[in-house]
Amino acid sequence: MNPSSWIKANLFNSPVNSLLTVLALALLGQVVPPLVDWAVVRASWGPGDPETCRRAGGACWTLLTEKHRLMLFGVYPYDQHWRPLLAMALFVALLAVSANRRFWRPWLGGAWLLTVVVIGILMWGGVLGLVPVETSQWGGLPLTLVIAVLAIAMAFPFSILLALGRRSELPAIKALSVGYIELVRGVPLVSVLFMASVMFPLFLPEGITIDKVLRALVGMTLFTAAYLAEAVRGGLQAIPKGQFEAADALGLSYWQGMRLIVLPQALRLVIPPIVNQFITCFKDTSLVTIVGLYDLLAATKAALNDPGWRPFFVEGYLAAAAVYFCFCFFMSRYSQWLERELAKGTR
Amino acid sequence: MAAAPAGFWSSTRFRGVLYQVMVVAAVVALGGWLVHNTLVNLEIRGIATGFGFLAREAGFGISESWISYSPADSYARALVVGLLNTMVVSAIGIVLATVLGTVVGVARLSGNWLVGKLATLYVEALRNVPLLLQLFVWYGVLTALPGARQALHPLPGIFLSNRGLVIPSLDWSQGWLPAMEIPRLVGFNFIGGLTLSPEFAALLAGLTIYTAAFIAEIVRAGILAVPKGQTEAALSLGLSRGQILRLVVLPQALRVIIPPLTSQYLNIAKNSPLAIAIGYPDLVAVSNTAINQTGQAVEGVALVMAVFLGLSLTLSALMNWYNKRVALVTR
Repeated sequence: MNPSSWIKANLFNSPVNSLLTVLALALLGQVVPPLVDWAVVRASWGPGDPETCRRAGGACWTLLTEKHRLMLFGVYPYDQHWRPLLAMALFVALLAVSANRRFWRPWLGGAWLLTVVVIGILMWGGVLGLVPVETSQWGGLPLTLVIAVLAIAMAFPFSILLALGRRSELPAIKALSVGYIELVRGVPLVSVLFMASVMFPLFLPEGITIDKVLRALVGMTLFTAAYLAEAVRGGLQAIPKGQFEAADALGLSYWQGMRLIVLPQALRLVIPPIVNQFITCFKDTSLVTIVGLYDLLAATKAALNDPGWRPFFVEGYLAAAAVYFCFCFFMSRYSQWLERELAKGTR
Repeated sequence: MAAAPAGFWSSTRFRGVLYQVMVVAAVVALGGWLVHNTLVNLEIRGIATGFGFLAREAGFGISESWISYSPADSYARALVVGLLNTMVVSAIGIVLATVLGTVVGVARLSGNWLVGKLATLYVEALRNVPLLLQLFVWYGVLTALPGARQALHPLPGIFLSNRGLVIPSLDWSQGWLPAMEIPRLVGFNFIGGLTLSPEFAALLAGLTIYTAAFIAEIVRAGILAVPKGQTEAALSLGLSRGQILRLVVLPQALRVIIPPLTSQYLNIAKNSPLAIAIGYPDLVAVSNTAINQTGQAVEGVALVMAVFLGLSLTLSALMNWYNKRVALVTR
């Protein structure tokens, strides 16, 4: 199709559409030139101070040159930044490997376990000549990733138990599972995180304190598990009754039947919703800002607390948003691709 | 009776009871242990228990309220103020997000390439960025606006300044029909109209714009779920475009739309406590102040959770009732 007939077919194919096109173009004409002028033409790049930006009069990308390490790593000791950086690189590399179906082999689980241990050693230090770093000094993107990944990893087995419990024929177990799932899904995450940060110290025996990061992590895990359980239940419900009966007929115990027959099929069905839950969990980690942890968002906010840089908050938040966007957009595209990929065998 | 040599031990029924007793006992034991620890800890710290504090004087101010409130009022009244703030922002957010989400969702399906792409850009950009970050941006933008004297005046009767958003209000005092009260700028102040604080406006904007991206996807999926044959059949019956949308497409699309829409509405209510990060006094913010003052964290958190649970259940009951009304009646 040549350009002019394409334009006619897609932009001016009816009077209403022509009007819409003109309106949209007018809107773009209003918005785009000033935006380009701000973000590119008058922007200040490279090192400098707030005064440089004020003189330039446009976007202050100088802020990122000056503050990106604070935004990315929070209050982690400055000369040790290579450690969280290496940890993130390891994580992203493993994520890229796991995304490929060819590598879905048992060793991948082992690789994840090993990576988590290595990341733990890198972040904590204290061994192999690494300077120990308290969790209270962890911050920025590594903290966001640690909380998101561990919360999902710990919530997943718990959610399977909850989902099985909800589908159970034993009334007490069913009631407990339903009660837990509905209770947690009915309350805001902020409340759960507050409960975790304020009430966990009360729950534990006198004298035992638990780490602030760990508290937030437990809160995120308990919360995420309830939502994941609903996703898993969806998969369980989609498995025909005959499969359960066949497992019984083979003489398998309940757990054998679930492990060998039902769950492999059910979980495969719900991989896309689970990935979506992962995206939600990743975005929700930003709420730990409210209970005083220095995740990516809080670290960005801290970088903008400097009175000189404060007027350039839009640039700072845009940069943080871009990081969140990259992770979430990649995951959602991946989930769509995976859905098609998994459906191939069952057409 | 058939002989059961293995005894009742191996019967499914007995095992079921046994497992349940074990699980319940474990949960009760865990709960008991936590309660015991909590009581011991509270005693050590000298914190009172019970809901008696609700009747005591709160002693802190709340920046905005839909009912009269002063620091001399009780904690209970302060919490009601917070609850009303939560409910108002959620209710308005639900209405605005539904309207915006529907417009964007329909725009994504538009035959107009440019409009479709713009709507896609909106959805992808906003739903992949955390709501809290968006709230910080909106709040930053609203508080960085010029003062009242230089207020932005985009439409007649609407002023945007660092004092918040001033909109026309309805005056019901004059007889049956409400009179529109248009705000005016006099000196440094706005006279008449309704002033929404920057906190409220930022929270409302954030909740609306973020949730609308999700609602747009739900609306799009709902409309796509109606088979094309339905539209063609309606066209061949001679119905007009508007009639087709109203009588054929929408009733069928609603069946697909309502259940996920319900959970988005619940999300708006459950996301509203993010208000605490920008200083809007919602229920969670007020209860946090109360907890900090009295130390009664258990009661405060339990109260907030109970209220949200109640709100969630009411909202989902309402939506389920509506869902039943639009559901397909099968024989």
